[in-house]
Amino acid sequence: MLRLYEGIIEAFRLILAFDPALLEIVLLSLRVSVIAIFISTLLGVPLGTLLGLKPEKRTRLINKIIFTFMGMPPVVAGLIIYLILSRQGPLGVLGLLYTPSAMIIAQVFLATPIVTGLTMVGIRAKGSEIEELARSLGAGSALAAWTVVKESRIAILGAIITGFSRVVAEVGAVMIVGGNIAGRTRVMTTAIVLETRKGNFELAIGLGIILLLVSFIINSILYNIQRGGKAN
Amino acid sequence: MLIELIGINKKYDKEVLKVDKLVLKEGLVYGIIGPSGAGKSTLLRIINLLTPPSSGTYYFMGRSLPANGKERLQLQRNMALVFQNTLLFRDSVWNNVAYGLKARGYGRIEIEQRVDALLEQVGLKDLAARRADTLSGGEAQRIAIARAVAFEPKLLLLDEPTANLDPGNIELIEKMIKTLNSTKSITVVMVTHNVFQARRIAHEVIFIHEGNIVEAGPAEQIFTDPKDPRTRDFVEGRMIY
Ligand SMILES: Nc1ncnc2c1ncn2[C@@H]1O[C@H](COP(=O)(O)OP(=O)(O)OP(=O)(O)O)[C@@H](O)[C@H]1O
Ligand SMILES: [Mg+2]
Repeated sequence: MLRLYEGIIEAFRLILAFDPALLEIVLLSLRVSVIAIFISTLLGVPLGTLLGLKPEKRTRLINKIIFTFMGMPPVVAGLIIYLILSRQGPLGVLGLLYTPSAMIIAQVFLATPIVTGLTMVGIRAKGSEIEELARSLGAGSALAAWTVVKESRIAILGAIITGFSRVVAEVGAVMIVGGNIAGRTRVMTTAIVLETRKGNFELAIGLGIILLLVSFIINSILYNIQRGGKAN
Repeated sequence: MLIELIGINKKYDKEVLKVDKLVLKEGLVYGIIGPSGAGKSTLLRIINLLTPPSSGTYYFMGRSLPANGKERLQLQRNMALVFQNTLLFRDSVWNNVAYGLKARGYGRIEIEQRVDALLEQVGLKDLAARRADTLSGGEAQRIAIARAVAFEPKLLLLDEPTANLDPGNIELIEKMIKTLNSTKSITVVMVTHNVFQARRIAHEVIFIHEGNIVEAGPAEQIFTDPKDPRTRDFVEGRMIY
């Protein structure tokens, strides 16, 4: 209990001190996860919308695959990306292993199925009804699809929030493909693992609290967008 | 002749609609009546090009239905369907009414004029800025109709537009339909389970039973002198369903 208490004190001390090493870790975490979720949104929302508008009968196999990938253990995702990006791997020539780009790729790999799957489920609820309504009012395919997305925005933002929460909090994949190199690929979660192993529990808890705070701020922003810009 | 359906049928697991011939003339109000599950909504959806028929030929103003998506859209833009389950966009009342005009690329000023005028007509001008999901059932239904007629379609398809409404709202909506038909000469096809309503506003009545058009003709004749015993049972309220 004492350690937790000291950890909280440490967290605020670190935040107030604007420790540059810490700031770098926090910013890298954010940069990697925000870019990853942005790419996953660009891929997952259109794909999920397309699938959600198709009759469920015709997408059963794809559904099962997506749901399986949604639950993929991060270390497995990390391992797969590692093998693809390692020297002997198919994309080895790019030399991306142990860079933030590798971490972004791994997180895109983890988040895209979540964004796709949850968007699909959300669209399925009312999507075809809305699409028909739009078409009966004279919308072409593009406007009809956009209307469906707009009308399902709460579910879609929920999908994005869930995807973001997953990647910002995961440690297995970024550890494997990033390598937790200080000043280059160290993010909040990998730093927590390291500090815990070294016995610096206060610092580890402090980082954990900062991670939660950052997550809270990002989620609040997304949540407010979800509510149509209005608080509450 | 506005619409002609020849040998149209629709099969899901079984055949749910079979129309040998149906002709809709311009400028009239048609009432479609029939028991639940008869195929009334299916017929409206086929007319609105939302559901492709399993077979048959569809003519709109003498032109047969094009396979090409773009021409289809042009054709579809001559009509509007108000669905059986009122569905408004999660947006302001004003934006709901403006939707079809925006989809057709009307200019901003024209859209503003039309939407404001329509909201005034349906008596909901004060609700322009309200979120559509906060409306009462009657208000929502009036907005759904206003949204469908904003772009002045040639053909207005209404699926049970007054189900679950109180007499005041029913009267209001019936008046709206009549006015649209007489002043803007919009052809109306209205599905209703209420034979009295069909009698009040339809010029022509079509009775559908188990996917078949049993009888169609001038309203007066269908109600006073139906030829088919099933029609008689239905209009006299003796059909059990
Ligand atoms: N997408 C579908 N798949 C399978 N069956 C369908 C589908 N749509 C309609 N049906 C069936 O077609 C038949 C006619 O349905 P429709 O909705 O046209 O009836 P309706 O006359 O409008 O009935 P109600 O007065 O209850 O609205 C029903 O038996 C219905 O179950
Ligand atoms: Mg129906």
